[in-house]
Amino acid sequence: MMPPVQAPAVKPPKSASGKNLASSASAKPSNAQRASADQANAGPAIIVQGLHKSYGEQKVLNGLNLKVGSGQTVAVLGRSGTGKSVLLRLIIGLQKPDAGTIHIQGQEITSANLEEMNEIRKKMGFLFQHAALYDSLTVEENIAFPLRRHTEMTAAQRSERVQELLASVGMEADLQKMPSDISGGMQKRVGLARALALEPGILLLDEPTAGLDPITSGEIDELILKLQEEREVASIVVTHDLHSAKVIADRIVLLHEGNAVIEGTYDELEKSTDEFVTEFFKRDS
Amino acid sequence: MSLHANIPRRYTTDDLPQPSVAIRSAAAAIWNPLNSLLEWFGELGMFIWQVMRSTFRRPFEGLELIRQLDEVGSKSLPMVAMAGAAIGAVLALESRHSLIQFGAKSLLPAAVVFSIIHETGPVITALVVCGRVGAGIGAELGSMKVTEQIDAIEASGVNAYKLLAFTRIVACILMMPLLTLAADFAGIITGWLANTLAEPIAFHKFIHAGFAGTGFSDFLAPTFRTMVFGLIIGVIACFQGMRSQGGTEGVGRSATSAVVLSSLFVMLADVILVKLILVFFP
Repeated sequence: MMPPVQAPAVKPPKSASGKNLASSASAKPSNAQRASADQANAGPAIIVQGLHKSYGEQKVLNGLNLKVGSGQTVAVLGRSGTGKSVLLRLIIGLQKPDAGTIHIQGQEITSANLEEMNEIRKKMGFLFQHAALYDSLTVEENIAFPLRRHTEMTAAQRSERVQELLASVGMEADLQKMPSDISGGMQKRVGLARALALEPGILLLDEPTAGLDPITSGEIDELILKLQEEREVASIVVTHDLHSAKVIADRIVLLHEGNAVIEGTYDELEKSTDEFVTEFFKRDS
Repeated sequence: MSLHANIPRRYTTDDLPQPSVAIRSAAAAIWNPLNSLLEWFGELGMFIWQVMRSTFRRPFEGLELIRQLDEVGSKSLPMVAMAGAAIGAVLALESRHSLIQFGAKSLLPAAVVFSIIHETGPVITALVVCGRVGAGIGAELGSMKVTEQIDAIEASGVNAYKLLAFTRIVACILMMPLLTLAADFAGIITGWLANTLAEPIAFHKFIHAGFAGTGFSDFLAPTFRTMVFGLIIGVIACFQGMRSQGGTEGVGRSATSAVVLSSLFVMLADVILVKLILVFFP
């Protein structure tokens, strides 16, 4: 595992409630989930090999390879339409690749049927680009949704866990609000809390700071850093935000024309002489 | 003179006789809609298969089913009853005039009851449910699709076909016969009222005369026919909603197509089912 990039600009985050995300005994994951986390520690949590995906004539991914170890955060950058979000959708199984394999904690998922895939998905948390909160449910019900579906928790335990998760993203006061009544940044926080509800070993974040002001973006970055500190979560973060990638990612992968042009730490990429990489960094600065 | 004047020209496929632009555009005009139609049926088949696969697997989504039964059933009841009532009154008024001309006024209760139970009740109920429930399901699921809420459900390891489609389809199937009964009841009541306004007749006499030549099979088959209508409405509306794409415009298209296609298929199914009922319940 490559050493994480130090981010002196970002202070170590503090939980709003002062609680650890995994503190509640009642909210602990099942034995199966713990076993899968142990399995995850044995090798890379995500292995993507030779991934191809096309839409008609348009080739989006062209033989992409990627490995993410347990506890690692990999930021995926690239121009719009280079398949960053598609990569996440393939990993969570919302779409099937044309060719290539994806292993999640040692399990090959491209040939998995719906029931197998649903079991694998319980090990993953997904934050959608626009949060994708259920608009007919309150903030509380949104976060309780995966808990109600996949755990044996009582209503009281569930409520305690939801409050704990909301406190960890600084939203404990907004329990009964509808998604339409909160801002985009708050929706992202709730989306993140929902993604963490089952204490997944893998976190997939699709542009977590897109469309947010710099202060809210910084707060989201802090949240992700806090997760890295508290838990061994393997994360893939798709972003356009180089600063955010520098702060939260151990490694950065730059996609171009469906493949990884370069992979390394922020400093390594910054020193690269590759024309595309230098252009990308120059534009951002 | 050109230097290449003596070099023989090489013929390519471009030199072969090409179909005219008119023929090609005519072929495209036939093929493209046909291709889209076949694609639609293929996707519909896949959708039905996914819903069927989820039917017998846990969890059975009891709470969501109850919510949908309320949404489809009790919330459609006032509109269905009003439509049934209007049809009953119109039938009585129109039939009365015609029957008097033929000297068969005494057949009016039977004509109203028979007509409502056999055809107008089920069909009017189905068309009202197509409009209210079909559009609602198409718009709701379409909106969930374009805002990635359906993806979010799947990403959290929940079978969206089961949670969203199966529950709505079953609710439509179970509620249609009950709504039809309500429409029939309202129609018969207003049929009697319309008749009584012209020529007073006791309600029990109207009912007695109306059901005199009507057996249980006359009542059972048409009412349960509406379960097939419910299946069609549920399947088409859920399918159109869950394949929605293209933002708010796509949601509008899903809602509209859910209503139009389900109405169309209900009428088509009605023709086939009436023929089958006549064969099996002569």
